[in-house]
Amino acid sequence: MEKLTEQEALGLREVIEHERTQHEDAQVHHHHKHASVSRHEHGHHLLQVEDLSVGFRMYEENAPFFQAKQRFVPVIENLSISVHAGEIVAVVGASGSGKTLLADAILGLFEPNATVTGRIWFDGEAMDAAALERVRGRGVSLVPQSVNNLDPLMRVGRQVEGFAYPEADRAARRRKREELFARYGLGEEVAKLYPFELSGGMARRVLLCCALMDDPRVVIADEPTPGLDLDLAVRALDDFRDFANAGGGVMLITHDIELALQVADRVAVFREGTVVEETAVANFASPDMLEHPFSKELWHALPEHDFVPGGPRRSAGNTQSLDDL
Amino acid sequence: MKFVLLMFAVSLVTFVLVSVSPIDPVQANVGQAALVNMSEAKRAQLAEYWGANTPLFERYANWLYSAVQGDLGTSLRYNAPVADVIANRALNSLALMVTAWVVSGVLGFALGILAGANRGRLIDRIVKGYCFLLASVPTFWLGLVFLIVFSVWLGWFPFGFSVPIGVAAADVTLADALHHLALPALTLSVVGVANIALHTREKTVDVLESDYVRFARARGLSTWGALRHHGLRNLMMPALTLQFASISEIFGGSVLVEQVFSYPGLGQAAVTAGLGGDVALLAGIAVLSAAFVFGGNLIANMLYGVVDPRIRRGEQAGELHA
Repeated sequence: MEKLTEQEALGLREVIEHERTQHEDAQVHHHHKHASVSRHEHGHHLLQVEDLSVGFRMYEENAPFFQAKQRFVPVIENLSISVHAGEIVAVVGASGSGKTLLADAILGLFEPNATVTGRIWFDGEAMDAAALERVRGRGVSLVPQSVNNLDPLMRVGRQVEGFAYPEADRAARRRKREELFARYGLGEEVAKLYPFELSGGMARRVLLCCALMDDPRVVIADEPTPGLDLDLAVRALDDFRDFANAGGGVMLITHDIELALQVADRVAVFREGTVVEETAVANFASPDMLEHPFSKELWHALPEHDFVPGGPRRSAGNTQSLDDL
Repeated sequence: MKFVLLMFAVSLVTFVLVSVSPIDPVQANVGQAALVNMSEAKRAQLAEYWGANTPLFERYANWLYSAVQGDLGTSLRYNAPVADVIANRALNSLALMVTAWVVSGVLGFALGILAGANRGRLIDRIVKGYCFLLASVPTFWLGLVFLIVFSVWLGWFPFGFSVPIGVAAADVTLADALHHLALPALTLSVVGVANIALHTREKTVDVLESDYVRFARARGLSTWGALRHHGLRNLMMPALTLQFASISEIFGGSVLVEQVFSYPGLGQAAVTAGLGGDVALLAGIAVLSAAFVFGGNLIANMLYGVVDPRIRRGEQAGELHA
């Protein structure tokens, strides 16, 4: 996080005061609308991102090698999003539009050439880069997309147990891993397998166990159901529903609006590096309840709604994802 | 099977090459002046001793027949059984090569990780610069430079040989031997570092950018922690393969280094045999070194299976299906 000048800090004080404390449930604030399950425990959001911008310094691609100038490429601009206790927020946007960068920024995983500005609050605390590093794996956990995120040469059980807490008792972590495996229907023999031996379903549960191992408050799931059709994906996300019902917050990053509408409580519509609208799933019942023109387009693009002339073009096939827009 | 074919081919090529080389073994071994002053009968007798008039394939067939029975023949140059000459010198060479191999492997691996983890920083540039410089420096030249600096100027190490001059073999201590070994081994290690360090650096960069290291960091591991727990094993495998495959380079390098340092090892014997037309010795050394390199590659292949579960379990599954 960038240091603010004194003047900017004064100007922001009022906003920050509000971001920190003044929350009443079921009211529109910070540009978002709440769902019925959204809760403000202790009067604040579980995770709150305000005015986040991420950009990269890179060389111009088409210029001759020695004349290439550095330029700044913004990927995420002024993005705001909140995760409440007890809810699943789906961040829905086209593939390759920078959604994963949002996850990286929240986890404090920055590339050396990235510039990140904005304010991130976790459980009522303002976070800087060092603080983000402290809470990753200790409050905020990532559930990645695929088995490629596991070390190919290490047995699954050992990886789920993890190394992040060298001070923690190894045996205790092992017991915890066994509990998690039992809860998610993974046999003990799975712990002895290597990542390449896992089936798709096993891999998804193993990755979830990795995240839950660290008792997170917030889980960020980055496309956790690749290649699954809608029904299977919805069922695979039941585990996230349970986690949210138990008081956690889930940020589900996906390109699939139908999936988002089925499993999430709120939807953040992500477009061109920012969230254009953050609203309850219930508001997708009618386009009149949506505010941003792009959200309305999205509504019309859903398969069960006849799209209006001039609206986004439908692609062949009946699953509708933002990639088609 | 492959091994037998390889040995066969290597020995055959050695014989053919020696036979087409312009070196006259008689002249090479008695000297120009002695040859001129020698009687015709004596010359013929010597030519007979060196087998200069026996046709190539008859010579080869004779050698092969004995070799299969375990007799590698007699080195005419050293006037001793080839097996004895090789055994004598292999010990020296082996000490030299094993030291160089281990030192260059460990040092190169460590430098590679250090550079890769600090990509773009000063330390990376220093390691890279050092490696590029070394990769383009000929071994024998580096050996000469080391001799000048460490032996002539600083006087830390002896000029050559594997034992002190004028000391009875029984009185040579281990310290003496190590003292003589140090400089040639250092030369050979320093040259070997470049390859493995640059390779490991690239791999380290790859590993650090991999999804599994990103996830490990997302779970709270530091960059070094992620490297230690997840990087080492993934880096070790290609490094080991490379290092075992580089045995041939160490072998080749040892010939040059032994020559520069007058170190009585296999490499020096090979040069002597080649220049003296001593086919039996040369063939013996060629076969032995080929066996070494073959063994190195074989170990590298088998290590893959030990380290990488994808291959190990894949093979087991293959056996089950077979």
